[in-house]
Amino acid sequence: MSLLTIRNLSVSFATSSGQFRAVDGVDVDVNPGEILAIVGESGSGKSVSMLATMGLLPWTATITADQMSFDGRDLRTISAKERRKIVGNELAMIFQEPMSSLNPCFTVGFQIREALRKHTSLSARERHARCVELFEMVGIPDPEKRLKTFPHQMSGGMNQRVMIAMAIACKPRLLIADEPTTALDVTIQAQILDLLTGLQRETGMGLILITHDMGVVAETAERVSVQYAGQKVEDQTVQGLFETPHHPYTSALLSALPERATEKHLPTIPGVVPGQHDRPAGCLFSPRCKFADDTCRQTPPPVQSAALGHARCHYPLTTPEEVSA
Amino acid sequence: MLKFALSRLGTFIPTFIGVALISFAFIRVLPGDPIIVMAGERGVSPERYEELRQQYGFDQPIWVQFWDYMTGILQGDLGQSFVTNRPVWDEFFTLFPATLELSLCAIIIATAIGIPAGVIAAVNRGKFFDRALMSTALIGYSMPIFWWALLLIIVFSGNLGWTPVSGRIGLLYFFDTPTGFMLIDSAMSGQDGAFGSAVRHLILPSIVLATVPLAVIARQTRSAMLEVLSEDYIRTAKAKGLSTARVNGVHALRNALIPVITVIGLSVGTLLAGAILTETIFSWPGIGKWMVDSISRRDYPVVQGGLLLIAVIVMIVNLIVDILYGLINPKIRKR
Repeated sequence: MSLLTIRNLSVSFATSSGQFRAVDGVDVDVNPGEILAIVGESGSGKSVSMLATMGLLPWTATITADQMSFDGRDLRTISAKERRKIVGNELAMIFQEPMSSLNPCFTVGFQIREALRKHTSLSARERHARCVELFEMVGIPDPEKRLKTFPHQMSGGMNQRVMIAMAIACKPRLLIADEPTTALDVTIQAQILDLLTGLQRETGMGLILITHDMGVVAETAERVSVQYAGQKVEDQTVQGLFETPHHPYTSALLSALPERATEKHLPTIPGVVPGQHDRPAGCLFSPRCKFADDTCRQTPPPVQSAALGHARCHYPLTTPEEVSA
Repeated sequence: MLKFALSRLGTFIPTFIGVALISFAFIRVLPGDPIIVMAGERGVSPERYEELRQQYGFDQPIWVQFWDYMTGILQGDLGQSFVTNRPVWDEFFTLFPATLELSLCAIIIATAIGIPAGVIAAVNRGKFFDRALMSTALIGYSMPIFWWALLLIIVFSGNLGWTPVSGRIGLLYFFDTPTGFMLIDSAMSGQDGAFGSAVRHLILPSIVLATVPLAVIARQTRSAMLEVLSEDYIRTAKAKGLSTARVNGVHALRNALIPVITVIGLSVGTLLAGAILTETIFSWPGIGKWMVDSISRRDYPVVQGGLLLIAVIVMIVNLIVDILYGLINPKIRKR
């Protein structure tokens, strides 16, 4: 049984110029102990769908889903109080900006102990011991001293380690990492990713890694879900995806990787992601797709079979030759 | 922290000299001769006038007068009132406890109601409570204080008879006032009902004086909370599964307090300088009323010394506020 199951999740925001649909019919499945990467450009709805799962969206958001369950519990109908017992405990999340994600007024130790006090029955002494243990797990030297420091006294990388320690404090079954390395130096990025995958192996938790970096996907994930303009356009194993992407968008993303460039100039995808007011009638990627025809432009594409990577496309690519064409 | 406080103390000296200079000059540029004012309607003979001028040192050049004044201050001598002949220092400390007692009560009321009201308004942004509270705050802020005071007196003292009209204590009570704080002195006196009387006398002036700071604090708390509530660390706190009360009351409020403390500090400074209208309406023997009376009497030493002492108190309040910033948000301490 999968740990997190989401079917047909849609999120729209009330804006001054009408409803804006940030997530449009997304499905997510994560099994216990699995690493799923969700890839997409900025504004593709990858963070929003996970924030919806956590119940962290502002009240301006309208969330609908056919199914949204974590470990058999329906997250759609759950009360706020019941959700708070799960969130931060079995289901945890870390964010993009470690520097601004920690409260500047409290020591990092306080902020971790707070999660432990909320979700565990540990005594004050045990909580402290657990904090020291967590700091050792996430590779923060001199834990006793570091627990007493404030976020502004540490680097971004160290703060992200604190965030990770806080998220895994109550031994979650699923950790959602929302672009955990985007705001960090390149050298630190690899360390944090190694740490996350290491912790995932050690604890056997599920991990959802939200990223826009295909390199990160290739190195860490087992399965990839590609999102475009609020829709999931493809979902398959990492190996399958890199060998035979079925959706033209995935294919275009991969050919834009510097490692894969065959020409002198790096290929790019022309155009931009459609916004609130210029959503095409048919396939959302059709204005930028080199394979698009009138059908693509007028009819929303079907979701293909699992063998075709659940590609949301009228004409999914099927062979590596076609992909490189 | 100590180093920080000491460095702030260093900035006191130029401010202190500046205030001394301004208060010295201010009273002298006002039209009106103190000797003529003192003499009143009877007038004064030219010989006596010249005698008094020499006695008070007005015959000296202005810089000599200032020099004498400054050297006096450095020796702890603020001079004596022309009117009462008592040292300014003594007069100030006889009256200041009354102002302090009233100001503290007012600021406690304003803070105790203003901060929670602002938090609740921010959390319920745009809803009925928020709109009702902010409209009330705007009314409180814009209402003329003397009118509001009179209205309260008519209702609570006149119609209902719950509170006395003026003064600090009922006429029936006589006791020593070693601290100058009527609440403390009345409680220590052991006389039946003295404390109750002191409290009843304090209620209306405190409410009147609290009105404007209350409105300002509530509005400031609301806007600071709204800003903080959209911060990333609030999302982190929610992601930990913390209760709404804890997220708003601990994680958000602590960060939102910085601008709120600033307006509280400014309010305290203003209140301690003497609430002239409120003290006059309620015949409250505080320093606001004292200063106004002294200015109209051209009582040079009292105006100079009083302004200087008030300035020092405002500076001390500001120093406390600065120290509080660092205690609330350690990130500020670094700067």
